[in-house]
Amino acid sequence: MRRWESYFWPLVALVAVLILWRQGVIYSGTKVFPSPFEVQRGLAELIRKGLLWGYIGDSLFRVGSGYTLAIALGIPTGIILGWYPNASSALNPVIQLMRPISPLAWIPLSIVWFGVSNFAAIFLIFMASFFPVVVATMNGVHNVPPMMRNAGVNFGLSPAALFRRVIFPAALPQVLVGLRIALGISWLVVVAAEMIAVDSGLGYLIIDSRNAGKRYDLVIAGMLLIGGIGLCLDLSIRRVELLKSVRWGFRNE
Amino acid sequence: MAQTATTAPERAVEAAKISVRGVSKIFKRDGKEVNVLDNINLEARKGEFVCILGPSGCGKSTLLNIAGGFLKATTGSITIDGEEVNGPDPRRIFVFQERGVFPWMTVEGNIGFGLFKLPKEERRHRIAHYVKLVGLEGFEQAYPQELSGGMKQRVEVARALAVNPDVLYLDEPFGALDSITRLIMRSELLRMWEAERKTILFVTHDIEESVQLADRVVVMSTRPATIRRIVEIDIPHPRDISSPRYLELRDSIFEEIGLAHKV
Repeated sequence: MRRWESYFWPLVALVAVLILWRQGVIYSGTKVFPSPFEVQRGLAELIRKGLLWGYIGDSLFRVGSGYTLAIALGIPTGIILGWYPNASSALNPVIQLMRPISPLAWIPLSIVWFGVSNFAAIFLIFMASFFPVVVATMNGVHNVPPMMRNAGVNFGLSPAALFRRVIFPAALPQVLVGLRIALGISWLVVVAAEMIAVDSGLGYLIIDSRNAGKRYDLVIAGMLLIGGIGLCLDLSIRRVELLKSVRWGFRNE
Repeated sequence: MAQTATTAPERAVEAAKISVRGVSKIFKRDGKEVNVLDNINLEARKGEFVCILGPSGCGKSTLLNIAGGFLKATTGSITIDGEEVNGPDPRRIFVFQERGVFPWMTVEGNIGFGLFKLPKEERRHRIAHYVKLVGLEGFEQAYPQELSGGMKQRVEVARALAVNPDVLYLDEPFGALDSITRLIMRSELLRMWEAERKTILFVTHDIEESVQLADRVVVMSTRPATIRRIVEIDIPHPRDISSPRYLELRDSIFEEIGLAHKV
């Protein structure tokens, strides 16, 4: 595919979807579903009222805090579990039990503990991203080929140096996969968290627009913003995977 | 260090560098005992190139891993310069197939991996020397994924040589390479060996390879592995692989292993 084509066809598809959307709204005569232009006007209104950037900032702040906290605690936990087989065989059943629990199931408890506040949303995002980070790090450390471990030991590395120079870099690609999954889930969860636990942010925008006047143009605008920002987050974390010191771990090139 | 062609009488005087005494290894798998090595006795002189030849799965790698200190013998012991092997040691480096290079480091980073105790300047010097020895000039900043299998194998050999070990253990190092690269790597390895004169234990299942490389070929049996015979390869390097003596030695090993030399 030539360079211009890799931009051209996606653009064509996007325009086609917008046209279909608009014609669909016109032909069906729906009173509920807004057309692209109404959504665009809704967005402009949000900017004019000075709400948009605040909402985006609030959502990103919650994701950023909960996610950072999950990384700060999850990576060390994963390392310990991956490094000490006894720790992992003791704790792994608990982790595997907690992992399939939807982060949203924590909503009632988060409100009991933190009230309607930022902390409740941050807690939910933490719960959403902690387990993927722990499990990926644990597996990454656990799966370091014995050959590499042996090579490190053979050259006389102390346990700390072995960890820093062999185990961690060898596990890093898998850790990054966990970070990316966790970021994706966090962005999904923040919407739900903001619908219930706080009164700002993009999730709040969606639920409030519906509750306070059935403004479906703003609902769709909020959804599109969530999609766009989520895409940007994923693209930026994918850039990290291109660094030469981790690229070897990714087969997708 | 600088001796070029070692002659038989000269070698006989030197004391054993590596001595393997009564080594047996029993693995426990699913409650069953698997006898892998059975009373192996073997010596390698300083600077000698010894090939351990045997069919796949016969336990020759296990023997090498015991010599490297990565496994414990069930009975018997291995001493190097009279000192019992009690774990991995930078004085004896184990070279795996090319998968042992660290993919997150450049060629330079890999070759300098074991040199962390040296001052920066000397480390740079050594790296440059070994990059040159293995012929990877211009690839110092390349990552392993950008290299061919043969080049990765060179990186691994250079990484091992850079820490100036007494002994190199090579475990089927060229097994994953194509046959042309394998031939090139054999002569490269011999060139490095003549330059550095390390004692080498080289595990292979390739009869031709062993006769091309080794001073002595240790022919192992199937499991539980015992030594069937030790064949002295008394042909000076570079070896003419169509010479009568070469063919004679090779065929005697084929016979020893019980293979008719016909396809």
